[in-house]
Amino acid sequence: MTHQGIWVVAEQTVSGISRVSFELLAKARELKEQGGLQAPVTAVLLGENLDDYYSAKLMEAGAEAIILVDHPVLRYFQNETYAAVLKSLVEERQPSIILMGATAAGSDLAPTLGAKLHTGVSAHCVDMRLNEEGHLVAVVPAFGGKVLGDILCTNFRPQIATVRPGILGKVICFMHKQCPVERFDIADILAQDQSRVKALGITYEEMKGVPLEEAEIVVAGGFGIESKEIWQQLETLAAVLGGAVGCTRPPLDEGWAKESQMIGTSGKSIRPKVYIGMGISGATHHICGMKDAGLVISINKDEKSPIFDVSDIRITADAATILPLLIEGLQKNEDDVIC
Amino acid sequence: MKLNIAVCIKSVPDPEWYEKITIDIKTKTITRKGIPSIINPVDKNALEAALQLKEQFGGKVTVVCMAPPGATNELYEAMAMGADEAALLSDLAFAGADTLATSYTLAQGLNKLGKFDLVLTGTESADGATAQVPAQLAEWLKIPHLWNVKEFTFATEQELHAKVKMDDAVGEYVIQLPALLAVSREINKPRYTTAMGVMKARKKTLTILNKNDIDVNKSLIGQVGSPTWSGDISIPSLARKGQELIGTPEEIATQLIAKLRAAGINPAKRREGDGK
Ligand SMILES: Cc1cc2nc3c(=O)[nH]c(=O)nc-3n(C[C@H](O)[C@H](O)[C@H](O)COP(=O)(O)OP(=O)(O)OC[C@H]3O[C@@H](n4cnc5c(N)ncnc54)[C@H](O)[C@@H]3O)c2cc1C
Ligand SMILES: Nc1ncnc2c1ncn2[C@@H]1O[C@H](COP(=O)(O)O)[C@@H](O)[C@H]1O
Repeated sequence: MTHQGIWVVAEQTVSGISRVSFELLAKARELKEQGGLQAPVTAVLLGENLDDYYSAKLMEAGAEAIILVDHPVLRYFQNETYAAVLKSLVEERQPSIILMGATAAGSDLAPTLGAKLHTGVSAHCVDMRLNEEGHLVAVVPAFGGKVLGDILCTNFRPQIATVRPGILGKVICFMHKQCPVERFDIADILAQDQSRVKALGITYEEMKGVPLEEAEIVVAGGFGIESKEIWQQLETLAAVLGGAVGCTRPPLDEGWAKESQMIGTSGKSIRPKVYIGMGISGATHHICGMKDAGLVISINKDEKSPIFDVSDIRITADAATILPLLIEGLQKNEDDVIC
Repeated sequence: MKLNIAVCIKSVPDPEWYEKITIDIKTKTITRKGIPSIINPVDKNALEAALQLKEQFGGKVTVVCMAPPGATNELYEAMAMGADEAALLSDLAFAGADTLATSYTLAQGLNKLGKFDLVLTGTESADGATAQVPAQLAEWLKIPHLWNVKEFTFATEQELHAKVKMDDAVGEYVIQLPALLAVSREINKPRYTTAMGVMKARKKTLTILNKNDIDVNKSLIGQVGSPTWSGDISIPSLARKGQELIGTPEEIATQLIAKLRAAGINPAKRREGDGK
């Protein structure tokens, strides 16, 4: 096969580069070692104003070669333009594997690129490895994460796979690394680009408190929280603990919580030190996003609730009764310490 | 302005039953016997969006599904909700398709059925959940697309303005028609089927199209046309050996606080104080 090497398509965010890009670079280095591959792990970054900061970050995270595509039209994600740029890069350089974050942009870009190149794409992998023949084996969840299946793409190249943020978790950090940085010119591509979809802008949701993905402790609530008032107590508990609030899907529908707080297959994957779930039944769709938490504590009034099967500490009780007691107890103890 | 709209709906095993799914270790296949099939939940949002557009501008709504013959139930349900026509793409040769082959088959089906101004899909299916069919379908149809659309309006007769869910953000886009939009569940609340709707649906047209009807390249459909294939499957065990806390609510709270402390979790204020 002429196709060689692993590419990670990194993603520019408002504050730098998305963390999942670094998680993918760490995984790419691992795969390279596992397969004894020669070609450098290459980070490809499309965006605007890509100064040295970006290449330094990518090198630190394990990139052994970097391709920057820096142009004002790449300021916002636009599927047609992004896919056109990547397609021409891929056709010219012929990587064997392309990894992308299953972010909103990546989840759209990967299948678009896959169709343009007529190759296979594995969505939302939870793990991957190389088999004896050197093909990528992508482990993908189905039925909300209940079942895991291996996906292979042996007859087509490149092999494309996406991974959700937080799934791989591990990031590596090399200090003071140097590697070749190339700037790829897209004037010719843009001259031919007839994109029929254009971005006008992006508005970021206002975030308060510790980000869910980074919190050491997550207090998650489900439909069993029963009211906005009790939900506010759950928020108070999270604040007292210095943690973040997570949720299942029903609290979104009830208007108690925000989309960015949902944990699970169509929400976020988290791995906090401690997860406290209250009024959550434990649907596969939710468990899939919290299964990697350190200590799992569950409070549910139904002793047969499936969440208990995946919990370290089980409490059969009414969340509304326990919540104020916990807040009070923690605040009291806190005062003891401060005095 | 009359709109010719196609909505792609997938037939999926009911997500409420996923806990009950098992796999046959010997044959390495998924056992979903007894699990009812339903319209993929978010595809009802796509259909609702189509029905609302038809009510506003006039036109026609066609639902399309690639599935084994049993999925006629889901298509009748969609017509009971208000779709005008339905087409089921069904052939043994379509089986085993990955997203590229599925989207190719759907594209050929749509090309056969007419010229659509708008193709609507859900963001992702509940079972496979690849979220890949919409983008790939648009590629085969050679039309632009947006994925994860939570709101859209007509800017002109030829152009839509759409709000797209990004990561903790919302992107705004313009897109030219004909286009494909994959919608998310916040876009609307799907209507219920009425008894009247169910009766009307019986008189509507449901066409079943096989591989010869829709003019497909045999090397692009089913398992043969799929770049990816699946190997081993497994059901991961996530069970934890739980410890139960018992007692009065007060006792439970006290025990739990002790557990949190043991896990190194301390109240917020104190943690901040530590750093200073
Ligand atoms: C395609 C698809 C994707 C999905 N993606 C996600 C996802 O990413 N994340 C997600 O979370 N869900 C997702 N869902 C929804 C998921 O399937 C479940 O419906 C959802 O997780 C259930 O949320 P819940 O546990 O809060 O509610 P329920 O299942 O209604 O459970 C409520 C629980 O609260 C308990 N309870 C009630 N009152 C009290 C009380 N006073 N005190 C203590 N306990 C009480 C009950 O015993 C029950 O166990 C998805 C569904 C689909 C179809
Ligand atoms: N077999 C199918 N028939 C009709 N529509 C489909 C089919 N598979 C996927 N879709 C559409 O594509 C969307 C995304 O599905 P998926 O890529 O499987 O996650 C679904 O919400 C449907 O609208």
